[in-house]
Amino acid sequence: MIELVNINKEYRTDGTGVIALNNINIVIKDGEFVAIVGPSGSGKSTLMNILGCLDTPTSGHYMLDGKEVGYLSQNEQAEIRNRKIGFVFQNFNLLPKLNALENVELPLIYRGMKTSEQKRLAMAALEKVDLSERIYHRPSQMSGGQQQRVAIARALVGEPAVIMADEPTGNLDSKSGHQIMDMLVDLNNEGKTVILVTHDMNLANMAHRIIHIKDGALEKDEMVVTK
Amino acid sequence: MKIWQAVKLALVGIMTNKLRSFLTMLGIIIGVASVIALVSLTEGATGQITSQIEGLGSNLVAVTIRGRGMDTSLSYDEAMALRDEVSDITAIAPVINSNVTLKYGTKTSDSVQLIGTNDEYETARNVHVQSGRFILPIDVEYKQKVAVIGVQTAEDLFGFTNPVGQYVKVNGQKVKVVGLLQEQGSSLLGSGDDVIMMPVTAVERIMRTSGINMLYVQASSSGAVNSVVQRLQTVLTRHFRDENSVNILSQTQMLSTVNQITRTMSLLLGSIAGISLLVGGIGIMNIMLVSVTERTREIGIRKAIGAKKADILWQFLIEAVVLTGVGGIIGIILGVGGGTVFGRAFNLPISASPRIMLLAFAFAVGIGIIFGIYPANRAANLNPIEALRYE
Repeated sequence: MIELVNINKEYRTDGTGVIALNNINIVIKDGEFVAIVGPSGSGKSTLMNILGCLDTPTSGHYMLDGKEVGYLSQNEQAEIRNRKIGFVFQNFNLLPKLNALENVELPLIYRGMKTSEQKRLAMAALEKVDLSERIYHRPSQMSGGQQQRVAIARALVGEPAVIMADEPTGNLDSKSGHQIMDMLVDLNNEGKTVILVTHDMNLANMAHRIIHIKDGALEKDEMVVTK
Repeated sequence: MKIWQAVKLALVGIMTNKLRSFLTMLGIIIGVASVIALVSLTEGATGQITSQIEGLGSNLVAVTIRGRGMDTSLSYDEAMALRDEVSDITAIAPVINSNVTLKYGTKTSDSVQLIGTNDEYETARNVHVQSGRFILPIDVEYKQKVAVIGVQTAEDLFGFTNPVGQYVKVNGQKVKVVGLLQEQGSSLLGSGDDVIMMPVTAVERIMRTSGINMLYVQASSSGAVNSVVQRLQTVLTRHFRDENSVNILSQTQMLSTVNQITRTMSLLLGSIAGISLLVGGIGIMNIMLVSVTERTREIGIRKAIGAKKADILWQFLIEAVVLTGVGGIIGIILGVGGGTVFGRAFNLPISASPRIMLLAFAFAVGIGIIFGIYPANRAANLNPIEALRYE
């Protein structure tokens, strides 16, 4: 359960404040598939950063599972990101020097899990994204679609409740893009909350609900009519 | 994150940039290697000099007589009379030093050290014959033209012939060889083997001189050495009516002088090596800062998926420490190897103590910590959003 109450974010650069988010109120229930859309510069990235506990709001409240997480210390934020949120980025953000398995193990390493357990869970996650054949390949030896699947495995290996995908198909051809979107839909069907940030309305229409952001404010919050 | 995983991660980081890592380590390697090599050589030399001094005899006091005005020496009888004036003396060996040319048949040996002394030299200087006999009291009393020679002199003049019983010519005078000394090796006081020893009275006659200019005195115990030194000073000052007329040096003083010199040398070498390690450390810091910048994105990714500040700090700190630690180990190997080769080549003893190796290694690791902490801290404090955006 995610609740944003009167969230404001203001960037201060040389004395003049730039308002990035203006009085945002959103509630996202567990198991929802939400798309956040808006033109570039609309503030959707800032919103995503706050939702992902990468950034803190200037004012307002961010309740995650009933707990205020908006103003945590960096280390506490890291803990939340590690346990409750899985990230999927546009440019995959895998570590180039590590192979697929090691990349997927990473969140578990920071959790201080036993090595054998790390490996077992990472293998299972890679199997789930259909990459058990390529666990010892490095990102440079894989296609974009495969890299994004590794990233999805990394996002879900720690069993987070929320998956945040920021333009996950932006760097992919349409076929791989569809594959990735199908995976996100599957994850949502398994009960995970999926938050998709995009500017592509075709992708957004695959979600249950679309939140439109414009000029830092909530423009429209609509449910998608099921096909 | 567990420490061994961080070490593994650091090793992976180092191995992916082999040349750069090696060049970075080079400063530490050279620093540590030079510390080890130089200290090994110094300690080896110190050990050798110390054992030479100890080999001079036990509880030895060396008295050099400069005298005053025309009165520059003691007579043999005056020297021996010191035994009655100074207590706790077990042996007094007066010495006349000179250089002579020896002849045996057609063979000559130039600039052999001639030592005129008495029977007590054997005890005082811990010098013994391997065949024949040493100088006896009766030789001194009757000014016998007999001699004991060192192994080098024997080899030069006699080759493989047994020298005992043969006659050599010293300054044209026939002298009978009655003893052959054990091998001494060279020491602080010159070669102990290229030498001929004769009764002090016979030397006075052959060299047409009188009076002795040096004394070796053996104290009865190490505790008595200081009082013997003081007493000799008093008695000889009274004799010459000048306190600068003699120079008295005990073995203990020689040892402490040597120790002082080597301590100063170690300190000097140590600080030079320390400076090179410092330079190496700055190199480490420089490369770590470059590494942090290069890997900004990696740091961002790690933070995004849950790495805490401490995780990132440890990762980079361990990388710096592994760099310097590995450099330290290579440096120790090179230092010991280089020191040994150098020692062999120049025939110097080396002594590589584990204590110094451990110290040098600890120092290298310490450099890693000191110069790694700033870049590591910088990495740990990067903002994850900005780091993720970094291209």
